[in-house]
Amino acid sequence: MLKNLLPEKIDHRYNFAFIDEGAKREIRRSLLKAVAIPGHQVPFASRELPIARGWGTGGLQITMSVIGPADVLKVIDQGCDGSVNAVNLRKFLVKTTGVKTTFDSSAASIIQSRHRIPEVNLREDQICVLQVPLPEPLRMVEPREVETRRMHAEQNYSRMWVYIYEDIVQNGLISLAAGYPVRVNRHYIMNPSPIPKWDIGKLNNSENLTLLGAGREKRVYAVPPYTEVEPMEFDDYPFTKEDFSGLCCSRCGSTDVFLDEIYNESSGEKYYVCSDSGFCDQTIKQKEGQDE
Amino acid sequence: MGYVAVQGGIKAIENAEELAKYLRLKGKSVPVEVQQIIDQMSFLVDRVMGEGGLYSPFHAALAIKQAEGDPLEAAFYVRAYRSTLRRVVDSIPIDTKYMRLSRRISSAFKNIPGGQVLGATPDYRQRILDFSLTEETSESTDTFVYEYEARQEAEQKELNSESFCKVVDMLRDQGLVSRAEQTEETPRKDITKDSIDYPLHRSGRLQMLSRGETGGLLALAYSSMRGFGSIHPTIAELRIGWVKVKIPHPYRKNESITIGSIQISEVEILASAHKKKDEDKPTFSLGYGSCFGHNEVKAISIATLDRTMKVEGGAAPSENQEFVLYHTDGIESSGFCSHFKLPHYITFQSTLDRLRAKQKTMEKPGMAAVGEVLHA
Repeated sequence: MLKNLLPEKIDHRYNFAFIDEGAKREIRRSLLKAVAIPGHQVPFASRELPIARGWGTGGLQITMSVIGPADVLKVIDQGCDGSVNAVNLRKFLVKTTGVKTTFDSSAASIIQSRHRIPEVNLREDQICVLQVPLPEPLRMVEPREVETRRMHAEQNYSRMWVYIYEDIVQNGLISLAAGYPVRVNRHYIMNPSPIPKWDIGKLNNSENLTLLGAGREKRVYAVPPYTEVEPMEFDDYPFTKEDFSGLCCSRCGSTDVFLDEIYNESSGEKYYVCSDSGFCDQTIKQKEGQDE
Repeated sequence: MGYVAVQGGIKAIENAEELAKYLRLKGKSVPVEVQQIIDQMSFLVDRVMGEGGLYSPFHAALAIKQAEGDPLEAAFYVRAYRSTLRRVVDSIPIDTKYMRLSRRISSAFKNIPGGQVLGATPDYRQRILDFSLTEETSESTDTFVYEYEARQEAEQKELNSESFCKVVDMLRDQGLVSRAEQTEETPRKDITKDSIDYPLHRSGRLQMLSRGETGGLLALAYSSMRGFGSIHPTIAELRIGWVKVKIPHPYRKNESITIGSIQISEVEILASAHKKKDEDKPTFSLGYGSCFGHNEVKAISIATLDRTMKVEGGAAPSENQEFVLYHTDGIESSGFCSHFKLPHYITFQSTLDRLRAKQKTMEKPGMAAVGEVLHA
């Protein structure tokens, strides 16, 4: 496992962080606009990468545009550093930058993630880059881009509220799951990427900058530090997180974390482990330290 | 244990690559040469160059070999390679009037100035499997090539005069095709360098279509031809040929340098006559399509879709810009389609949580009744 942490040799035939400096500048300009207008989707000229569209090309382009040789990188998929896609993206970034990598969330300066925000609170000196498949939260009520842009511009979110209301009427609860729509800075409704509802609270007034990138849909957006992020909810039907009450990680024993539900291959027995593998490892290490 | 299974990804990726290589080579046949693909699979090469957005038969053929003949995958490699290349200069817009033609047909008129040129087309070939191809040898093909070239030389056949007038220009001169087509503002924006917004200008639309996936474009164009929409194109002119690519001279003003030639397919279609508000007479409407290489179905589909997207307030899928342009890029659609193979443990867990909660609410006696009343 230690081998993963050592920087591999850089491939000098390509530019630092693969894409050319002109493209990086364009993406950084779009990112600056995104930071200035929290939650607003900024179009950018998404480049084709050797990674397939839909596999994290938006997040990758953001990381490539902001990364420098001194950065320490963490890449996770489903909370896990060892997941095949995370391994692949990390390998690509290391090959073209030579930066140091880590599995420890608090040691990273840039964390690129798909579907999760790490369990530990991030700091002001850290950037969280989230990969986004479908950036438009209003897509479920309106398929046309021209229309959804107009709705955002006019802050006309009535159809979203009606959608949630009808959901409650038909199902007795809000059945929206991961990728739950949030209101940013009391203005734009934003798709927080398909993070679980568990992670929504971590976006609210967080110390770190969160950058979100959708490569295929060619949009970037951001939640700057200390920005209000509120899930859409009604007073009498408040937003609820995934329910893991009474459960704990079978590996590190943590409660109050997002858990993966796993079935034993032979017995079919159900058990749970932390989805955030770095957090799980750290917890075990700390416990071992206490034992000694 | 599941937790362990997702670890060790590095080794798994390496093993997968090695296994794929083994499966490609285990038949122990002669390795395919890139040059063979360029020469003998030209339609595939053209398709990959077009969808990859890079005119280079060598890179396209290499990608085809690497992708083991999967055109979507090959076009993806070419696109990814393309984004590492620095854009040196913008070429000067090409006037296709000066195309060196290898094929030219019109289904609007029997006789056109310059004549119809059938060229190399499989259109009238009978689609019978030719088993003699299994016996092709370099000797037999060499003999054929030698004899063919000798015969051509003897007949002194040269197709080309410098320029043929275009069928559409003839109609335009007679006032049968609107001239207003050119007035639509077409900023010279490169869709691969500038962000795109909808409604998209025509230049951007045509750029996107020319990089579109052949099958996707065909499906949408066909939907309009068949009945979801109403564009029944008449092909005013279909041209296959070579055009010169020129760039501005680095220091001599008003001069240009030819840097090479590319083969393109170009189609102009005429659709139903219509009358624009600001014109007093009805005219034919025009659809234009062009793409890299020899790909007629794609060029016709592009021309048809160019026209369908001009239908004002159209209700058919092919008449909606966003529907057509968002869904015909093969790199994007295939990428997104295959991303569903990635783990979705988190989103699924979250959805599972909602389903279980929903089932629990329905178990409550009061809620079930409410549910039934509301569903009734």
